[in-house]
Amino acid sequence: MKSFEEILELLKSNFSGENDISSSKEGTEDIINVSPSLIKEVSKFLASTEGLEFDSLILLSGVDDENGEKVKQEDESIDITGGTLSVYYHIESVKLVHKLILKVSVERENPVTTSVSSVWGCANWHEREAFDMIGIIFNEHPDLKRILMPYDWEGGYPLRKDYRNPEFYNGMKVPY
Amino acid sequence: MGFLDKEFTQDNIVVTNLEALLNWARLSSIWQTTFGIACCAIEMMATSASHYDFDRFGVIPRPSPRQADVIIISGTVTFKMATRIKRIYEQMPEPKFVISMGSCSNCGGPYWEHGYHVLKGVDRVIPVDVYVPGCPPRPEALLEGLLKLQEKIRNESMIKSA
Ligand code: SF4
Repeated sequence: MKSFEEILELLKSNFSGENDISSSKEGTEDIINVSPSLIKEVSKFLASTEGLEFDSLILLSGVDDENGEKVKQEDESIDITGGTLSVYYHIESVKLVHKLILKVSVERENPVTTSVSSVWGCANWHEREAFDMIGIIFNEHPDLKRILMPYDWEGGYPLRKDYRNPEFYNGMKVPY
Repeated sequence: MGFLDKEFTQDNIVVTNLEALLNWARLSSIWQTTFGIACCAIEMMATSASHYDFDRFGVIPRPSPRQADVIIISGTVTFKMATRIKRIYEQMPEPKFVISMGSCSNCGGPYWEHGYHVLKGVDRVIPVDVYVPGCPPRPEALLEGLLKLQEKIRNESMIKSA
């Protein structure tokens, strides 16, 4: 079992030279921030290094950070430009009984990161959900398509904070 | 009337008209497409089970829409499902009926405002005969809805326009 500080040190020393690993505290949780270009390597490292052995991805969730510039529209809805969207990875080593939270932030206008489904298989569907709901694109994902909304949904990403319902979907009226 | 239990021991005559007889036959054997979508479906299953006994009104689940008379839309109709519901409905032979069960399929229910994925009322894709309100409606309410449907069939006519 390793503490957060030990894991952070290990990561920093193994991915040095890049300013890509940092830590922050959100609420009561310590979080390791990883840059999108590194997340796959970091995940591989965490999963396969002796003494870390993070063998389980508990959950992967997409989040709209809502930290861009907000412009109010005539109909009271808002438009957000700039800022970030994030992916949180909650991982655990069942064997060594320690847990960790990783966070990857991507630009709202260019939300591209790398898939970790080759490291933890269950990331496959979780990443599809983050893509479906928030619109984060995971490069190297084996099958990145919508998972909950209809495949031919063109109304956007419903869990973004500036989401607006389309008028129609396939001839069916959407708003109440 | 003693019609059924004395059928074989006493002669008996019933006078009726053809239309009433046909309607009686139709309303007494409404077969239901085996189909349930969300939490309301649990109540629908309870209605089918022995305590409430849908079968005493002639309702049995028929696992093929092509041999069913009624489809009970029992739950939240998502856009994804709406396309499929329409197809199932179109596979049913005429005359066919639709019971919309619960707030969700009546009007979107709890998802009426923020349910980006929910069709706000199944009557936007198929015509509904009976609306049963509730979230979920109790089995008694669904039974009442069925009785309303039977009433509707009883009053149908082959020659008079509705
Ligand atoms: S009306 Fe209520 S009980 Fe029925 S499907 Fe909707 S949420 Fe569930």
